[in-house]
Amino acid sequence: MSETVLAVERLTKHFVETVALDEVTLALRAHEVLGLVGENGSGKSTLLKILGGVVRPDSGRILVRGQAVQFSGVADAIASGIGMVYQEQSLVPNITVAENILLGQEGSAVRWGWYNWKQLRQQASIALHQLGLDIDPMARTESLSFAERQMVEIAKVLFLENRRHVAPIILLDEPTSVLESKEIDTLFGQIRRLREVGSVVFVSHRLGEVLDVSDRIYVLRNGRCVGEREAKQSRHDDLYEMMIGRSPGQSYYHEESRLPFDEGRPVLSLDGLSARKRYSDVSFEIHAGEVLALTGLIGSGCESVCRTIFGAEPFERGLMRLEGVKISPGSPADAVAMGIGYVPAERRIEGVVGGMNVAANMILADPGVAARRGLLDFRRWRTLVAGWIERLRIKPASPRADVTALSGGNQQKVVLAKWLLRSNLKVLLLDHPARGLDVGAKTEVYALIRRLAQQGLAVLLLADSIDEAIGLSHSVVVMRDGLVSGRFSASPGRKPLEAEIIKCMT
Amino acid sequence: MAARLQSLGATGARFLSDQAPLLALLGIVIGLTIATPSFLSARNLVVVGTEASVLLVAAVGQTFVILLGSIDLSTEGVMATSSMVVALLVANDRTHLSLGAAGILLTVAVGGGFGLVNGTVHAVGRIPSFMVTLGTWYVGIGIATVLFAGQTPVIQSALTTGLAQTRVLGVPPLVFIAAVSAAIGIVLLNWTRFGRYILTIGGNEQLAQLAGVPVTRYKILAFSLAGAMNALAGILATAEIGNGSVTVGTGMVFATIASVVVGGTPLTGGRGGIWNTVIGVLILTSIADGMILAGTGPQIQQSVQGAVVVIAVAASSWALRKRLRVVK
Repeated sequence: MSETVLAVERLTKHFVETVALDEVTLALRAHEVLGLVGENGSGKSTLLKILGGVVRPDSGRILVRGQAVQFSGVADAIASGIGMVYQEQSLVPNITVAENILLGQEGSAVRWGWYNWKQLRQQASIALHQLGLDIDPMARTESLSFAERQMVEIAKVLFLENRRHVAPIILLDEPTSVLESKEIDTLFGQIRRLREVGSVVFVSHRLGEVLDVSDRIYVLRNGRCVGEREAKQSRHDDLYEMMIGRSPGQSYYHEESRLPFDEGRPVLSLDGLSARKRYSDVSFEIHAGEVLALTGLIGSGCESVCRTIFGAEPFERGLMRLEGVKISPGSPADAVAMGIGYVPAERRIEGVVGGMNVAANMILADPGVAARRGLLDFRRWRTLVAGWIERLRIKPASPRADVTALSGGNQQKVVLAKWLLRSNLKVLLLDHPARGLDVGAKTEVYALIRRLAQQGLAVLLLADSIDEAIGLSHSVVVMRDGLVSGRFSASPGRKPLEAEIIKCMT
Repeated sequence: MAARLQSLGATGARFLSDQAPLLALLGIVIGLTIATPSFLSARNLVVVGTEASVLLVAAVGQTFVILLGSIDLSTEGVMATSSMVVALLVANDRTHLSLGAAGILLTVAVGGGFGLVNGTVHAVGRIPSFMVTLGTWYVGIGIATVLFAGQTPVIQSALTTGLAQTRVLGVPPLVFIAAVSAAIGIVLLNWTRFGRYILTIGGNEQLAQLAGVPVTRYKILAFSLAGAMNALAGILATAEIGNGSVTVGTGMVFATIASVVVGGTPLTGGRGGIWNTVIGVLILTSIADGMILAGTGPQIQQSVQGAVVVIAVAASSWALRKRLRVVK
């Protein structure tokens, strides 16, 4: 057995009300690809963030090559030879690939402030060649495809590690989630190359992939490490059982509080909706009380459809009906007036107005609810806001708190309250409502979505993961290249398998 | 085959959109040559060249600031102060100083000082560059007015006035100064850490910071450079008229920003460069000159220049137009 390069001992991390990691112990060996699997919220992302120096643990030890370390930032992790490749991209778009790889670490490629482009190119090429990449280091980064940029990120981490002259430890956080199958093959090729020079931790919730590329696998469930297996000796189904365990994923999504919807009452229906170059012939119905998950890869058109319903993008052909009446919202303001609400993915950018307090954010969509004869009625406003703060358990429970001071989950509740305040709300579009939230907050947001549906709203969900789409919805519509490629009913007991949905996506 | 044609079409479209400012300039030059035969005459080209030079020097500095995603509105103030300072430092009829070349360099340093203040207050104090430089614009005008003290200093230094009023190879020396400024700007932007980091900061400031780029330092440097270039532009404009003047930079805030933007460097930063600004300056100057040749009144000239800027920006950002795109 080869030496252990990274050891984690009894690592624990609490978020406000939940335990994200509970005494997790594991070891990474030299020249090994370690798979880390678990459901959403099992703690695998938290673990990775701690190893990458982004989050600090509450207790426990991390040992790098036998030395105990404490990271107070990403730079510390890099100095110890641990590099993390994030899900979100972190390359500057308007400069060359070589500049991005060497950014801030140009060394001898820049002397006395002068760029030695030849050296810059050579040094970047070394990192790119290590991964067998055929990318021009002098290309503008934004001219690369998404998958290529991800490879460049790996090359960048590799370059930083090469500088330290230690075998690199590379953490990959859900690297496959936005890649297509051919790109995934390429990525796996890279990972096997990385194993030659260092060690890799590979995080995914797709078991098949993890089995494919890893040497050894740890299974996390509810913040605990529940199993360790050699990849060669484990079977998909065993791991799956370990991952789900006795407490099924349903409670995470509050499956028990899911009610059947009223099939006789379609609220929103699309009939052959088409928009040039984005999607065509999209049809589906959402009924009162129904949560419909619309899912697909980037570029599949589902985000575009969602924005069309909200009036943010035009459509050319087809019909959109709201409670049987033909509609064609020309702007988000139109859609809001018709009773369509939108919870955007970029919460901080699009969902809340920073610098304004909770009370002001809540009545943003319709100040009329707190007004009398065209003027704000402060008493009515106060009672209204206080009521929702209590009902949604928003913390801190102060209408005057600046909304940016709230945690992500509480911000999302404010955004939801903003729409719930509208008496005429019929349709709620949720664009990745739980993105970036910690486990506890996610659970609460899911419970809230359930309650909204129970009250007779039609909910369209763009889910973060297939898991979420299946767990939270009544029905799933899958899109691929602008067309609807699959429809599934997700009733309890006969939920579609993840694999079935992926098949429709790619 | 169809796919190849399509990709050829896409390459062609990108070429057209990248080179749009250059093609527009060619169109304007051809149009003006046909409409007013005197446009391409040697005498007129010297006039255009001189006009373009002062603008280009200031616009090169402005380009670095705009590439950061910031803006420098202090141009007119710095030009006014530097006009008075240079007139009083070189041989003149009000002070007994006669510092010659040293006076010119000192004046450039004063401009650099203005920029240093702009950059420091903006980057360290985290105050929008728009507000900081709006303030220093008027501070500059104020200082110039105090120095003016109701008495115009007439320059007696042949070295200074010679920058505009002599001829080397048939053109005033300031044309060479402008050309060298632009060339240095291009080298700075493409071959130095300073220039590349400015582009990087303009591309994504947060990522640059996370990668360890000393963002504050490079912002201050960019503003200082812009201040020095504004002072140089002020000196050249002063050399042209032969005396210190508070109004020497009038219209330059509009002209520099317009040249940068018309050349294809967006106000959001990160894209474009000095070469774009050279073309932007030539577009604006040729249109102005063409209208003078055609006998258009000065009021209409301003309106046309304003319209050109609006049309150019609308044309270049048309493809980015979306209902939810926030534009401020």
